[in-house]
This record gives sequence, structure tokens and C-alpha cells, in this order.
Amino acid sequence: MNNLSAILTPEFVSAILLPALIAGIAVSLCSSLLGVSLVLKRCSMIGDGLSHVGYGTLCIAVAMGWAPMQVTIPVVIAAAYILLRLSESSRLGGDTAIALFSTSALALGIFASSKANLMTDVSHYMFGSILAMTKGDVIFSVILSICVLLVYLLFYDKIFAVTFDENFARATGLNVRFYNLLIAVLTAVTVVLGMMMMGALLISSLMIFPAVTAMRLCKRFRGVVITSVIVSVSCFLLGLLFSLMFDTSVGASVILVNLAVFVLSSLLGTLLRRAGAGKQR
Amino acid sequence: MAYITCKDITLRYESLTVQEHLSFTVEKGDYLCIVGENGSGKSTLMKCLLGLKSVDAGSMTFGDGLKRNEIGYLPQQSMIQRSFPASVREVVLSGCLNRRLIHPFYTKADKARAAEQMECLNITSLADRCYRELSGGQQQRVLLARALCATQKLLLLDEPLTGLDPLVATELYGILRHIHEEHGITVIMVTHDVECAVRHARTILHIGKNESFFGSCAEYEKSAVGRRFLGETIAQEHCSGCAPGHAEKKQEAEA
Repeated sequence: MNNLSAILTPEFVSAILLPALIAGIAVSLCSSLLGVSLVLKRCSMIGDGLSHVGYGTLCIAVAMGWAPMQVTIPVVIAAAYILLRLSESSRLGGDTAIALFSTSALALGIFASSKANLMTDVSHYMFGSILAMTKGDVIFSVILSICVLLVYLLFYDKIFAVTFDENFARATGLNVRFYNLLIAVLTAVTVVLGMMMMGALLISSLMIFPAVTAMRLCKRFRGVVITSVIVSVSCFLLGLLFSLMFDTSVGASVILVNLAVFVLSSLLGTLLRRAGAGKQR
Repeated sequence: MAYITCKDITLRYESLTVQEHLSFTVEKGDYLCIVGENGSGKSTLMKCLLGLKSVDAGSMTFGDGLKRNEIGYLPQQSMIQRSFPASVREVVLSGCLNRRLIHPFYTKADKARAAEQMECLNITSLADRCYRELSGGQQQRVLLARALCATQKLLLLDEPLTGLDPLVATELYGILRHIHEEHGITVIMVTHDVECAVRHARTILHIGKNESFFGSCAEYEKSAVGRRFLGETIAQEHCSGCAPGHAEKKQEAEA
């Protein structure tokens, strides 16, 4: 175990830890908000598919020497649109189409980067590198996160309606296709930002865990959203602390903390329900 | 002009034509029940009325001041996710969304309207309860309150009685009559329960594979298709929802 006071020198804190904290909190916020919609709409797979596409694009961008984030975000947004269409109208069935599409994109990326002998360069995106982000990356991801948050808050009521009952929303004149696309685009942006920090392998569970944890504990949509945000941010902070103490991967530590919290909240949820049922009797 | 005028419409389900040359009108203040066998295109017609699908031929026009987004809709119970975490208030409020497509948040007027509808359907005490923990009848009333938030003119119901026990079904018919008579809301209901339909509706649209009927309930009971269909259902003991007298009659007959 590391001695925290020895690592936390003023230089380390101001140059590396603080930016990582800010960016990490911002992305945790976004991913937990969108996670609630994805889980309830039963399309958690879209998050996973997008992270595959994102990683594939990243590999190509690195191989070509392009700026990774700025290239990947538009490509993943386009992929989100295509995945949504595929899952709406595919003869194969939504999840199969998503799997085919996203693994193909991933393979293409790996193919390009192995051709350029850059596998070691891109492999750290597999697990993320929040402590190695440049200042530019941090500023860029904070700005994007704020945009995602604002759009989500502005359309909160409509996102609820579309998530709860798509047909009713459509019948009463809401542009359901637009809002589904909006959710997919916000997810795409969040997936790419999260991938830079937490890694392509872990980002989709970062979206899903806080949401399912919150669903164990809360009965109202607003409650679920707020709890999910709190769980996500606190698990990120705890995970980061653990990773500094034990010198482990940040992404993996955050997910393990999320897992522990999920198990605890499941137990707590069961106990609460039992108590509630007992009272009613 | 009528609220809805359908002229010579064709309905297709996937590539199969289920109805051709269907014409009917829905007047303001009407109470229309759409009945017919399974697979005759009731649900497809419902989708067209809701604007989820366009008619495959012919014309469907809205008139008399009715706009497409002024329709309240009560979906089949099975269409809703039963495990969704949402409070009754949140669900009912979401019916107000079509009134303010630009304004980002619910206004005071929206909240007042939702409260009024919850009061009307006697679910105010459930406002903070979780939707998924309610009984089937309570859930149905919540969805009805949501539908009433969305409309003051026309209510569409898709098989609202499926999965409800007879007592709750009777109660629902009572609520519908109240909404129709006191609030002056036009009602269109798709149902397989033809005996209840005849008892409560003003107009019947029967869509069958070979023959269709559109007219008042009295005419329907006299028509060939109506007699046959009503006879069949009585024989099969289909109707359980609204006919307390019916069961007694049967017991008398057995005695």
C-alpha cells in the first residue's frame, strides 16, 4: 500500500490529480444520467457497441496521426445514429446487428493499428489513462460534459416520456425519433470521453452500474436519476483513491467499487422491501 | 365536419392486406367501439388513428378543430414496462407534454391539470406511490389520468379491459361514462368484448375478414353480422366485465 502523503506532492496534485478529478467527475455525471435511460429502454448494448466503434476509430486515428478525441467523437455519433436505425428496423434483431456492426468497426481499427505497428500505443486506451490526460483533453471533456448535462436537463421531461412509453409519446405528438437520436448522440459523446479516462473495456459498465444500483433503492424516476448521479460520482472518487493507494488501474478500481456498491444496495433493497411488506401486513 | 373521417381506407399488417374499402366517421361527442375477430386489423386501425402508422390507401382526415396531438391514448397494459421506477405523479404529468413542445419544464398550469385529473380519477392519495407497485385497476386509472391530461376532446383506448377482473372492469366502464357524459370527451375503444361494447357505446364499427359494419348499436344488434357475433360471444361466455345480470340469467337457466 502506498503512503498517500508521499504521493500527493503539490506538483502532482495541481498538475495531474486535480484535472483528472474535474474531468472524471464531469464524465461520471454524464454517464450516470444517460445510463438510467439506456437501462430502462433496454438498450445497454448500444453503450457497449459504441465503445467498440470508438476504440476502433481511435486506433485508426492514432495510426494516421490524427487527434484522437476530435476524430472519434463525430464518427461515434454517426455510429450511434446507424446503430439506432439498425436496432429499429433490422431483420437480424437489434442486438445481433449491433454486435456485427461494432465488432467489425473494432476489427478494422485493430487491423489498421497493427499494420502501422502501433498496438502498444493504442492498448492503453483499452484501460484508459485518466492520470495521463493532457490539459487540452481535460478542458475539452469538461466542456462537452457540461453540454451533455445541459441538454439532458433541458429535455429531462421528454426523455422521461420517451423512456417510459414510446407509443404514448409518439401518439401525443412528441418527435420520438428525435429524442431517441438525442439520447444516442449524448451517449456517443459520453462513451468517447469515458473511454479516454476509464478505458474502452470498462465504459459501458460505468454507465450501467450506477443506474441499476439506483433502481434497487428508489421508486421514482427523479429519485433514480439523482441517486444514480450520487453513486456514480462517489464511486469514482473512492475508486480513484483506491487506485492511488494500491497503485492499480483507475478504471478497474472504479468499476470494482461500483460492483461492491451494487451488491450492498441489492441487499439493502431486499431488506427494505421485506420491512415494507411486513409493515403492510 | 366530423372529428375523424375515414374514406375507403386499406389497412395492411406487414405485407398482408387485412382490410379494404373501410369507411367510417367519428363525430364530436360519439362513443365508438371497434370490435372484430383477432387479426381483422383492429390494432392496425388503432395505430393509424394514433398516427403511429399511415393508412395504406384511402384517406383519413381530422376535422372539427381536432388536431393530431390532441388525442389522449390508453395503451394495452402489456405495452407498458411494469418494472419501471416512476411515481404516479410523474406518469400523469407526462401526459401534459403535448401542450408545450417548446417550453422545457412543466408549468404551474400543467401541474394543476395533472392534479385535477388525479382528483377526478380518485388517485390523489396514490400520487407519490410507485407505479409498478399498484394493482392492475389502479395502474389503469393512472394511465387514464395521463391520457386525460393529453386531451379535452378525444380519448382512444386499446383493449383497456385485458387482464382486469370483472369488478374493476365494471368500474372502468363507469369512469368512461362519466368522462364521456360529464366532460364531453369523445371516446373510441377497441375491444373484443362485444356485449359490453353494445351496452355502453353509441356507435359500433365491426371490422371482419369478409364483412364490416358501421352504425348505431341498435342497428348492429339487428344486423346479420352483429347477431352472429353477439350470439357467438354469448355462447362462448366471453363477456365477464360488465354483465352482472348475464351471469344470473345463466344460473337461472341452469336451475
